Amino acid sequence: MFWLPAVRRHPEFRAGVRASAPITPGIAAWGLMTGVAMVNAGMSVTESVAMTLLVYAGSSQLAAIPLLVAGAPMWVIWATGFCVNLRFVVFSLHLRDYLIHQPRWRRLVNGFLTADMSYALFTARHPLPAQDPGGRVAQEAYLAGNYAITWVGWIFPSLLGVALGNLVPSQWGLGFAGVLCLLGVMCSLANTPLRVLAAAVAGAAAVAAYALPFKLNVVAAIALAVLAAFWLETRGPARQREHTA
Amino acid sequence: MNAGTTDLWTLAVIVGLAGVTVLSRCFFFILERPWSLPDWARRALQYAPVAALAGVVLPEVVMTQGALVATWQDARLFATGAGIAVFFWRRSVLATLVVGMAIYLPLRLGLGW
Repeated sequence: MFWLPAVRRHPEFRAGVRASAPITPGIAAWGLMTGVAMVNAGMSVTESVAMTLLVYAGSSQLAAIPLLVAGAPMWVIWATGFCVNLRFVVFSLHLRDYLIHQPRWRRLVNGFLTADMSYALFTARHPLPAQDPGGRVAQEAYLAGNYAITWVGWIFPSLLGVALGNLVPSQWGLGFAGVLCLLGVMCSLANTPLRVLAAAVAGAAAVAAYALPFKLNVVAAIALAVLAAFWLETRGPARQREHTA
Repeated sequence: MNAGTTDLWTLAVIVGLAGVTVLSRCFFFILERPWSLPDWARRALQYAPVAALAGVVLPEVVMTQGALVATWQDARLFATGAGIAVFFWRRSVLATLVVGMAIYLPLRLGLGW
């Protein structure tokens, strides 16, 4: 955690900051657009600022906005946010060995602040968890350096986006930038044939089932796509390719 | 939800989403007891994120007021097509955003699509 002097003054903290710096412009642009998207979708400044500070997860925020505006039931919005965040569940299994020796509240803070890029950079630099106290402090400092710069590079542009979103007429449709960000993340996840298929099935099902009440079309789309990909994984000709991918 | 006004329901959704972030990012180290993921869950996890994003994104692109777009003169369709192409060329979410908006804004503001 970056506010602890032992972590912040460790040389590895600066190494983490340096590693994250090149990706910060991309994060900042995405944060700016997320801020604009929230206000342009009709959320108030208080709601937008609360979402920026508390949720701190771009793709699940952007996925929640249209559901929020449509008045979908709370559990549907939460379930969708969780599904969009499922990749973090996998990351947490990996990060467990690095963090489990810490007290719980410290694990939770470190986990909350570790988003995609911090996870990727951290595990690339430290393929194995440290076994001794000195190594653990060094690893935590590197992780904290990573996520400190990412957090700053996300939060402030998001708040700027909230401020600018109020100045830009909503007819410009700048909120569409949020959809484009989700599209980019979706493409980055569609890296095997079966995942492309899952995306296609889910997209088609979400459109076909649009008339379902409470935005249940998103839930139905996820269920159908996962079942279809499962079934093909065990039975279909794609099995061979998937295992070599 | 009314435009620009704060309501408690929305704030409750936001606080819950913050919980969703903590739950998903810390899932396997909230508790100290050892965890292992059953095989079916491991397989589900790899398809659900991309499916969730596609399920949210596609209706935002091809639907207006709950109906499929009836015309090809829609800025969103062109921006999305260009965004996908650029992603697979540059592998960058930022490039998808920048090029997509560069197509979207002139079509929408200039031609009214």
